[in-house]
Amino acid sequence: MLEDGGLIEIRWHGRGGQGAVTAAELFAHAAINQGWYAQASPSFGPERRGAPVMAYNRLDNVPIGIRSEVYEPDVVVVIDPSLLKMVNVLEGLKENGTLIINTRKTINDIRGELGLNYRIAVIDAKKIALETLGVPIVNTTMLGAVTRVIGLVDLEFILDAVKERFSAKASEMNAKAVARGFNEVKIGE
Amino acid sequence: MGKRISIECAHAASLAVKLANVDVIAAYPITPQTHIVERLAEYVANGELDAEYINVESEHSAMSACIGASAAGARVYTSTAGQGLALMHEMLFIAAGNRLPIVMGVANRSLSPNLNIWGDQSDMMASRDCGWIQIYAENAQEVFDHTLQAFKIAEDERVLLPVAVCFDGFHVTHVIEPLITLDQEEVDRFLPKHRKAVYKLTPDQPSTWGPVAGPDIQTELKVQNEWALNSSKDVILEVWREFGDLFGRYYAPLETYKVEDADAVILILGGFAGTGRVAIDKMREEGKKIGLVKLRLYRPFPIQEVKDLLTRVKAVAVVDRAISAGGLGGPVYGDIRNILYDEEHRPKVLSFIAGLGGRDITVKDFKRIGEKVLDVAAKGHSEHKVDFIQVRI
Repeated sequence: MLEDGGLIEIRWHGRGGQGAVTAAELFAHAAINQGWYAQASPSFGPERRGAPVMAYNRLDNVPIGIRSEVYEPDVVVVIDPSLLKMVNVLEGLKENGTLIINTRKTINDIRGELGLNYRIAVIDAKKIALETLGVPIVNTTMLGAVTRVIGLVDLEFILDAVKERFSAKASEMNAKAVARGFNEVKIGE
Repeated sequence: MGKRISIECAHAASLAVKLANVDVIAAYPITPQTHIVERLAEYVANGELDAEYINVESEHSAMSACIGASAAGARVYTSTAGQGLALMHEMLFIAAGNRLPIVMGVANRSLSPNLNIWGDQSDMMASRDCGWIQIYAENAQEVFDHTLQAFKIAEDERVLLPVAVCFDGFHVTHVIEPLITLDQEEVDRFLPKHRKAVYKLTPDQPSTWGPVAGPDIQTELKVQNEWALNSSKDVILEVWREFGDLFGRYYAPLETYKVEDADAVILILGGFAGTGRVAIDKMREEGKKIGLVKLRLYRPFPIQEVKDLLTRVKAVAVVDRAISAGGLGGPVYGDIRNILYDEEHRPKVLSFIAGLGGRDITVKDFKRIGEKVLDVAAKGHSEHKVDFIQVRI
């Protein structure tokens, strides 16, 4: 999938406090620890709880120089489905790009609703988060889903990054959320 | 052996400071610098770093505490940004004028008004004449390496000057990247475990530093400061060479990219050089002869290196992340144009101002800058005025 210099850019959409930035950071830590070149950065806007926020990842097998924001992502991740009505999450998404959404809906529902030709992946992350963490914080579930869909970073490195980041109990619960996100995401063509 | 890790650039600074075994840290938190000193406070609290961490009520006090500690012979670090650096302004001169080695991380941030916590280089540019050595870092590796090197440079008895290691707020500080670390044994081979202070403010040998100096002597003192800062360049180059010989990463005052056959170059300081190189690659694919120059050492200014390089091209675009208010363009533009004036073969020099208050500088922006500077290079004359990139008015 990745040729030399075949940069992959990911844009995460969430709301302040939902952990989009943390998810992007964990993805970068895992990728780098596996030997990739990667980058995670927050969008450079106001940090307010509840406001739409973005976070970015870049992944490559050569050093990454660019440090501007991501305008033409290969992958868009929507952590909070209510953002679909507020923000044009598809802005700049490449023609053959992938959209990963936290939703109870099916791939066909989403395709029909948005009238899209993109590759679509869906995951009911809220349900998984409630079952694994007891709270509707879906970032780690989405991280698992993203890891599966992108397919370049191994789950074990993601789980190590989760362990490094959270306290013992939280890391155990979040590791479960990541694993379920990884296993239960539905990927369309 | 150092290993390859994943780290936020701000924490790369903290890690270097820990490995440098500092004695005293005095700092006041301010975005986007806070992560640096938060991590240092953790190191001190959990015993990983045996240092005095002085909580202060302002940046003015932070620098004052650093000045006292450095005068007493300690290895000293602080870090700030934006308004914090502005509040230190007065004390920056005291540190440099009294020849006090202090290392400071500057997470470059815009100056108020309006209230803006995001990145540009207005803060350090407003203090550029404070007598400090000023180095600009692009990424986690450079933040780490230059912070470590800064202690060795600052404390060298041929230098004895404070060093500011500057890196863009958010676009560098808050980015997670790979870093090749050094372990303690490697750092100890490069940097003495403790500072060997030649001159110390101590009750055992009472002395007065920075007393009144009238018209009869102030000129001589200021000139000696200027000599010290200018001659620090040889030591900076020597330390960078030694670091390279030990660890394989070599640094120079200017870093060039595809300049060998270039008709025109874009010159910039800091993190956006990385984005600039991507734009250069794209323009090269279109057959355009353009390159990029990253100015790493800003003070002392690498006069000869800049002359040698830029007199070979037809036009230079200088991209500043700051305004020199009421002046002729950006502050770095002023420097570049100034030192080329007496050269027989001098290029046209164009001023672009971009990336203020955290505004992104994109590949497209660099391409537009590239087109303009190539056009001037081809025509051989310029009616260029200061060009503010991405302005909506």
